[in-house]
Amino acid sequence: MTYATCLACRECDREFPLDPLHVCDFCFGPLEVAYDEDRIQSKVTRERIESGPRSIWRYIDFLPVDEDFIVDLNVGWTPLLKADRLADRLGMRELWIKNDTCNPSWSFKDRVVAVASSRARQMGFKTLACASTGNLANSVSAHAARAGMEAIVFIPHDLEAGKVLGSAVYNPTIVSVNGSYDDVNRLCSELADNRQWAFVNINVRPYYAEGSRTLAYEVAEQLGWRAPRQVVAPMASGSLFTKIHKGFQEFQQYGLIEETPVRMIGAQAEGCSPITTAWRNETTNIRPVKPNTIAKSLAIGNPADGYYALKVMKRTDGGSTAVTDPEVVEGIRMLAECEGVFAETAGGVTIAGLRQAIEMGQVDPDETTVAFITGGGLKTADAVVEHVTQPIPVEGTLQSFEDAFAEAPQAVGVGG
Amino acid sequence: MATRRVRFTFEGDAVKEPVIYLVGHEFDVVTNIRMADVEHDFGWVVLELDGDHDEIDRALAWVEDKGVRVDPVAGDVVES
Repeated sequence: MTYATCLACRECDREFPLDPLHVCDFCFGPLEVAYDEDRIQSKVTRERIESGPRSIWRYIDFLPVDEDFIVDLNVGWTPLLKADRLADRLGMRELWIKNDTCNPSWSFKDRVVAVASSRARQMGFKTLACASTGNLANSVSAHAARAGMEAIVFIPHDLEAGKVLGSAVYNPTIVSVNGSYDDVNRLCSELADNRQWAFVNINVRPYYAEGSRTLAYEVAEQLGWRAPRQVVAPMASGSLFTKIHKGFQEFQQYGLIEETPVRMIGAQAEGCSPITTAWRNETTNIRPVKPNTIAKSLAIGNPADGYYALKVMKRTDGGSTAVTDPEVVEGIRMLAECEGVFAETAGGVTIAGLRQAIEMGQVDPDETTVAFITGGGLKTADAVVEHVTQPIPVEGTLQSFEDAFAEAPQAVGVGG
Repeated sequence: MATRRVRFTFEGDAVKEPVIYLVGHEFDVVTNIRMADVEHDFGWVVLELDGDHDEIDRALAWVEDKGVRVDPVAGDVVES
């Protein structure tokens, strides 16, 4: 049975029942799941966690879901790779890559949707919904299929056909909204109030957000029950960033790892960097922007948790970076060439952001650092297709091969 | 009757305009401010609007025409 006790307002601390609510009725502040910490403390041990399934559900004691309602696609327990070659390239001593491209729908969204869909099932919902341009819709559609629930996905009318496919294959209802991005936002916010649907990041957002904490839990466990000294994570709404920090804090609070300060560094693309801009301007007032970047999965111009992400940076002596689109592509290539991991553009933002953070002194290259790679590269292949190795054309003869191979500058093994 | 929770973001000269007061005067809509933070050239206000659904839509379109950004209270909900 879950140890979640209520929803609590992050602004005024008022408490609400564990219902499909996302903002405080009094001050309109965001709601967050609260837990019976004493009961968790009395229950959890390293051994109990280690004996659990190799998925996010090994951390069920920390999640707002009863076991009977789990929608299980075997999400999580993704590899933590020691990235020595990339560390060398960046002049670092110890770098790790948390490779969340290995999730069932190839992005970290599976963590949050796994928790949201399970909780939605527990609350009696029959339909999962979301507004999305890619990863989230893929994950919602997949989880609804797995759970035998209906799925309804709202997309902007001008979304490329290729991006719709990753959801369409699971047979959700897809609604193409003829309007601006803001119109889609507004429509879905209204629908969430009026329909008996679990909009995963609107009316069940407090539960959805909890899934991100499992990234920190896994990293701590995979590092041999310790927290890294530094973390670089991409920021869209800022929710993932704040929940990773919270995950490390909780493991320290429950005595599962030693108390170590974890410096939190956020990464955004310059074309959509409202949180980094606020950080650089030393204000907590975030000015919404119109996104213009190839890093579409981070293109949230009005980030719901930006203010809280800034507070985390300040509290942890962290920082925030913003990188150009060419740097994003270079980041993707560096990660692929050095470590064999093909990330989507958000991963390029993370790696380029890491490099910038080192240059700016926000990251100490001698300290243990973890970079979070949140989605697989095939989702944004268009961003790099012009920038990668091209084939060497040859005829089917040995002579043709030898001639072409000798002239190809990038050919492996020439002369050896 | 309908209720809408929204966030107004003001930049530049829009900060000086009595936009919320005028919404209450020009439209049959009741405004109820819950949170706000306003600086000299930038500010945001989170508020609730009560009224007929179409009248709220008209009021919000008018507010946007004044150069004020209007968002759902929970920020952007369209995610990748």
